[in-house]
Amino acid sequence: MDTLILSRIQFGMTCFFHYLFVPLTLGLSFLVAIMETAWVRTGNEEWRTAAKFFGKLFLINFAVGVVTGIPLEFQFGTNWAGYSRYVGDIFGSLLAVEATVAFFLESTFIAVWFFGWKRLNPKLHCATIWIVAIASNISAFWILVANAWMQHPVGFTIRNGRAELTDFFAVISQKFAVLEFIHTVGGAWILGGFFVLGVSAWHIARGSHVGVFKKAFKVAAIWSLVFTVFEGVQGHMNAEILASTQPTKLAAMESHWVTSEDVPMHLIAWPDQENERNAIETLPIPGLMSFLVHYNPHGKVQGLKDVPKEDRPPVLPVFLSFRAMVALGILLFWVAIWAFWKRNSIESQPRLLKLLPWMISLPYIANLLGWTVAEMGRQPWIVYGLMRTSEGVSKVSPSQVWGSLAMFFGVYTLLGAIDFYLIWKFARKGPLPELPTTAKA
Amino acid sequence: MLETTWFVIWGVAWAVYFMLDGFDLGLGLLSPFISKTETERRIAVNAMGPFWDGNEVWLITAGGVTFAAFPAAYALMFSALYTPLMMLLFALILRGVAFEFRSKVESATWRKVWDGSLAVGSGLAALLLGVAFANLFAGIPVDAEGVFQGNFLTFLSPYGLAGGVFFVVAFLHHGALWLVVKTAGDFRDRARAVSFKLWVATLVLAVAFLGLTAVYTQLWTNLLGRPALLAFPALAVVALVASPVLSRQRRAWAAWGASAAFLACAVGFGVAGLFPTIVGSSLDPAYSATAFNSASSPLTLKIMLGVALSILPLVIAYQTWVYVRFGGTVTAENMEDGSSY
Ligand code: HDD
Ligand code: HEM
Ligand code: HEM
Repeated sequence: MDTLILSRIQFGMTCFFHYLFVPLTLGLSFLVAIMETAWVRTGNEEWRTAAKFFGKLFLINFAVGVVTGIPLEFQFGTNWAGYSRYVGDIFGSLLAVEATVAFFLESTFIAVWFFGWKRLNPKLHCATIWIVAIASNISAFWILVANAWMQHPVGFTIRNGRAELTDFFAVISQKFAVLEFIHTVGGAWILGGFFVLGVSAWHIARGSHVGVFKKAFKVAAIWSLVFTVFEGVQGHMNAEILASTQPTKLAAMESHWVTSEDVPMHLIAWPDQENERNAIETLPIPGLMSFLVHYNPHGKVQGLKDVPKEDRPPVLPVFLSFRAMVALGILLFWVAIWAFWKRNSIESQPRLLKLLPWMISLPYIANLLGWTVAEMGRQPWIVYGLMRTSEGVSKVSPSQVWGSLAMFFGVYTLLGAIDFYLIWKFARKGPLPELPTTAKA
Repeated sequence: MLETTWFVIWGVAWAVYFMLDGFDLGLGLLSPFISKTETERRIAVNAMGPFWDGNEVWLITAGGVTFAAFPAAYALMFSALYTPLMMLLFALILRGVAFEFRSKVESATWRKVWDGSLAVGSGLAALLLGVAFANLFAGIPVDAEGVFQGNFLTFLSPYGLAGGVFFVVAFLHHGALWLVVKTAGDFRDRARAVSFKLWVATLVLAVAFLGLTAVYTQLWTNLLGRPALLAFPALAVVALVASPVLSRQRRAWAAWGASAAFLACAVGFGVAGLFPTIVGSSLDPAYSATAFNSASSPLTLKIMLGVALSILPLVIAYQTWVYVRFGGTVTAENMEDGSSY
């Protein structure tokens, strides 16, 4: 295998691994902040117990989120030197802004929050978790602006043999970036909500700290319902904008080969990339795809055959990932409705209580599938329409990348196993007995 | 002018990184050797607990500044240093998770594993950073295409290794002084005694490293062309000499501060001596990436300057607040409130 394919495997693997921890940071931080705020407002100790308990799980997760982020930052230089040289003028500055405006805040204040329970007054202490939550989501904004620029580059000109910035505001405010940010944090917040629902349900089912976990459950039920609805409705906007920005990706998501009008959506389909057609396609809903893209069932939708073979992404994984993400989104929406509906009598809902802990895994899968759609669907471009992935790779020897890839694989497997074990262990252990203190002290 | 300003910011980011993360890397390596009991080990870990992550962001920022302001230098540096940087990453990963993991399972073996990973990760990170910087000072064999023409052993030249050992020892000294700040009683006395020994070692290595620098690099020659910059090595010497004096007067914060100033000035010496080179090619100076030939466009540099000048002072302000707020001593009693590692 050559440096290119090894670097792609390594970058994809390290990104996916990072993204196993990121969404819980983004979602759970807000939920913990809400719980602690409720404590400060009401003085009810159960809120404080809930905030501390979920905060502990948050920290175990955060530790691996941080250490897996640093390799991503470095890998643009180590593995994608050609890319860095070509687009660093724009992309590099977005990463630098992320570090200065967001990472400092979150890393500094998460420590203040953890070490500060006895040292800061409750209001100030509560403010620090809000800072962490907001800063984490600001960091998501900047990294997603950077990613959106790779998907849909704007605000630049090609000069001196590289892409140079001409309009910073266009880069950070383009619709693609805003949509990607909203959709991604939406997915992360859903994950946070289902995490709290699942863990709370597990404890309620066992009669442990029912008071505490019912409180957490109610917050998470409302939260999850709001964001599953939001994500489903909002997700279309992401798909719709692809029709003008990345039509090839959209065609791959739907496995649509020939540009045509009156395009139906096939409920069941299976792409055959070799022969440029679908091996199976049945159950068409007439005009739906045209309608979704153009509000018009007769609209014209571009097909994959419009671009040369070498410019097409791998269709099958993009197609399947997109379907599965949407299916999971719909499933999570129904589960969220159920949890919301029964939130006040949850202790007498054994089936729901049994189901919810299992549901925790689904938003994780949906999030990773989403990234598969976004990133695989962009191939073979590293910057859509501007630079091929193969032109971006560093001129390092395959043996060097083999070495780092093997290390990443080994270290990450170990870390992931340990971290999820610890989260599982402390999630089941439940809150520790607390010495009482009052919020209004 | 913009390029020069960014070169200065680049140097400052590294200097702040080394003076802050330096102590927790040093203390991470020192802690298993200096602490006799599990409680002391925990004290050492919690002495850096509230700070290490915020410190490490300065590394991300220094990397980010390189990427944003000098993308071609970033690409060259990171791809040429591929293997040492990957090793640095794994070292930082292992030590980073150790903080969170070590107290999470009630088992002596478990704690030993993470204490080991904290020490090895910290020591290796310090060593690799030293090796990497010494190699940048000396120049590395990169060709006209920016492709590295060496192997891992190229970095382990006598000068590279000297840089690595110097960093390790200087960080150990810095970490020991931090332990003096953060502890009390017998533990503090031991930390202080160790810091004096480490000071001697730091002094010897600093002199040796500066001497080797004259042999292996152009730094001194460059600095002599701009004599005002000789203030960096001069101040470094003053700070290093002041540190044990202050420590003897029981002024722990000041002694640590002097050590921090020493590290910052040592980095200042190296960076000022490099100017305008960022990554020098030892094959042909024409292949080097400099502040001028690798810089981003003026527009990017201006926007980023606005961001840096408005945000970094804020960062420094709230990080200082945290150092003050959490600057008290860590003892066995005050670790028992559930808000400690
Ligand atoms: C949508 C969100 C998102 C995405 C797509 C990424 N990250 Fe991330 N990253 C975060 C959201 C985040 C976060 C929520 O802010 C983290 C996760 C856990 C944490 O501690 O902060 C974080 C941590 C984190 C850190 C450690 C920061 C610290 O020490 O506090 C670095 C250096 C990066 N990331 C860099 C990257 C790079 C270079 C990425 C792209 C290739 C990337 N992240 C993708
Ligand atoms: C509230 C009404 C809507 C609902 C319930 C809805 C539902 C959906 C669903 C379930 C999918 C995934 C389909 C699949 O399985 O692939 C989808 C995809 C999509 N939606 Fe919507 N949608 C709505 C409104 C819109 C609107 C108004 C637009 C554009 C103007 C739009 C554009 C798209 C596009 C382009 C896709 C991706 C392409 C495709 O899958 O066919 N949607 N929508
Ligand atoms: C319910 C209907 C959903 C629709 C129609 C939808 C639509 C999309 C589309 C079109 C993309 C690709 C955007 C691009 O490549 O530019 C995408 C990406 C993504 N999706 Fe979804 N999605 C849905 C549900 C979900 C859910 C439930 C989650 C997570 C819990 C999720 C997480 C993601 C993530 C993380 C990405 C990658 C980031 C991005 O490109 O925005 N999605 N989604």
